[in-house]
Amino acid sequence: MSALPKADQSLPHFVSAAPFDAHSVMRLTPEQEKAALASQWQLMWLKFKRHKLALWSGWFLIVVYFVAMFCEIFAPYGSQTRNTDFVRAPPQAVHLFHEGSFVGPFVYGYRQKLDVETLRRNYEVDTTQVHRIRFFCHGEPYKFWGLFEASWRLICPAEDGVLFLLGTDRVGRDIFSRILYGARISLTIGILGVSVSFILGVVIGGLAGYYGGVFDTVTQRIIEVVQSLPHIPLWMALASIMPASWSPLLVYLGITVILGLMDWTGLARAVRSKLLSLREEDYVMAAQLMGAKTPRIVGRHLIPGFMSHLIAKATIAIPGMILGETALSFLGLGLRPPITSWGVMLNEAQNINVVALYPWLMFPAIPVILIIIAFNFLGDGLRDAADPYR
Amino acid sequence: MLFSYIIRRILLMIPTLLITSALIFTVMELPPGDFFETYQAEMQAQGERADMSRVEFLKKEYHFDKPPIERYFYWLWDFVRGDFGYSFEYQLPVRDIIGDKLLLTVVISFLTIIFTWAIAFPIGIYSATHQYSWGDYGLTMLGLLGIAIPHFLLALIVMYFANIWFGLSIGGLMAPEYLNQPMSWEKMGSILKHIWLPVVLIGVTGTAGMIRAVRANLLDELEKQYVTTARAKGMPPGRALMKYPFRMSLNFFVSDIGSILPAVISGAEIVAIVLSLPTTGPLLIRALQAQDMYLAGSFLMFLAILTVIGVLISDLALAILDPRVRLQGGASK
Repeated sequence: MSALPKADQSLPHFVSAAPFDAHSVMRLTPEQEKAALASQWQLMWLKFKRHKLALWSGWFLIVVYFVAMFCEIFAPYGSQTRNTDFVRAPPQAVHLFHEGSFVGPFVYGYRQKLDVETLRRNYEVDTTQVHRIRFFCHGEPYKFWGLFEASWRLICPAEDGVLFLLGTDRVGRDIFSRILYGARISLTIGILGVSVSFILGVVIGGLAGYYGGVFDTVTQRIIEVVQSLPHIPLWMALASIMPASWSPLLVYLGITVILGLMDWTGLARAVRSKLLSLREEDYVMAAQLMGAKTPRIVGRHLIPGFMSHLIAKATIAIPGMILGETALSFLGLGLRPPITSWGVMLNEAQNINVVALYPWLMFPAIPVILIIIAFNFLGDGLRDAADPYR
Repeated sequence: MLFSYIIRRILLMIPTLLITSALIFTVMELPPGDFFETYQAEMQAQGERADMSRVEFLKKEYHFDKPPIERYFYWLWDFVRGDFGYSFEYQLPVRDIIGDKLLLTVVISFLTIIFTWAIAFPIGIYSATHQYSWGDYGLTMLGLLGIAIPHFLLALIVMYFANIWFGLSIGGLMAPEYLNQPMSWEKMGSILKHIWLPVVLIGVTGTAGMIRAVRANLLDELEKQYVTTARAKGMPPGRALMKYPFRMSLNFFVSDIGSILPAVISGAEIVAIVLSLPTTGPLLIRALQAQDMYLAGSFLMFLAILTVIGVLISDLALAILDPRVRLQGGASK
């Protein structure tokens, strides 16, 4: 091969004809520019969007909370409406075709039979009765948010028919409707409980981190004690304090406080350690040198610095509270009827007969599971997004 | 060195337990009224008269005529001396009631932790080494399900199927015919046949959390440079995993006992109530509802002592396992 050039010949090389731009290396692509100019929250959002599962969980939760907010409209029945002719009726399947012809979504009626030996009511599907489901209709009247009367609903049973998508309970209340109503209580209890623990955690942790000294030492000890105690026995003890004469609403508030009381320790610790470490950061020093006052440093630089972190931590705490409520209600120490929550509903699924004979009474567990998984993913996503070192 | 560390730790337990006892006593004192009022009301409701002389005697014996603060110190002092008070509901000294139940709670908690480890170790390692594989996703999903399903419901369903598939008697910790018999090999066998159910049920939640923690910890460790160095020098992958990164995650396992133990005991209470196990759970809830405060208070106190001891053991084990953990001189910061 004669690849080597001769000694007196210069090497051929490529010279671009394009005008030379010395700054091209430093120029940013549009995406990079966006990231460089984005505020902290925008950065978090960009990062959060990449966690697809967390994003979908977030949307799912928004939808669920929306439904819970307007559950009167979405539920075909009221939460306490008793269909005494249909006690413990199994779920009805939704059909589209009747005898080969299309009629739209409908359910078949039930024929009831009493088993003389076991005294159990058996329900047989009666294919002669066709109950068409009505949409955007006037159904059973309700008091929307306890404010004004209305009867407009998204779905209603046929005029003289029934619609039990998930069956009925021991007094003939529609389980599907009750799950929607229960969402209102079960979902807010987690949020309220977390708010209680959030306030406690931020205030106590903030004070401990800010003042340090004896106050810090004492709170650290107390936090250790509370964290080393088994939660559920203590929840049980606290819940059994509530007098039976309390109104359901008071009990509800009491439960949220109890759930929050046990949970603030983790947040307080996080706030304290974050405050301690952020105080030493260079940008705080820079702000001080530029003459920023303490309130401005705390409000403008320190709190945004760990707020995202705290929100992520609080999100992860919510599922524990929802589960705690179901556990307490299951034991009969939590919410009491007539309040409808998923825990109260599951309370009826307590004994083994239910599993064997009326398994549809356990349906409220499904939203519990879905919500908890969604909150876990959302919390994961938020935590990753809030972490600046990734 | 280790010895003086143990002594210091045990001394440190005293203030912790003092705060705990004050907390528990306050919780016990908070409900309006006391057991005697409940008792009298119940007797009246049944149309009977309460035996006032007995009530008076008990009130005097247990210092119910004194202010709560004073009673707290009486309670504390008696507790330290080994007199845990008197269960008004069962009309027995508390000590006679709780002995076996506490032992069973300890046994079940211990087995649960072993079970949790046995499951979480291999799965966590698999998930970390096969990050973002289908196996990883599947196992993570399974773990999440374990966290999300309410304990009591899982207990009910599993109990039902255990009865149908394995013919286990429903609830309890032994076949009914052994209930009031003295301990024997057959009874022992029957207990062993039943005990796996609560252990698995209680372990599920802890296992799920543990798997995720092991995975995260091991992943952090695998990113470090010494692992790359070991690989680059030609250490076989299995050895490069087991020799150091795995040992690091072992530390985490041990130091986590402190937080897993309260969770295990918590879960055990609920599962025990559903499965009607003869552990502390069902009794505790009865005692709480009846305001049987010495029984409930002693239970809570013992659970607290158990966890504190568990934390101590975990710290000691950590100190032995990891030479970097400093025994002297408190925190390094």
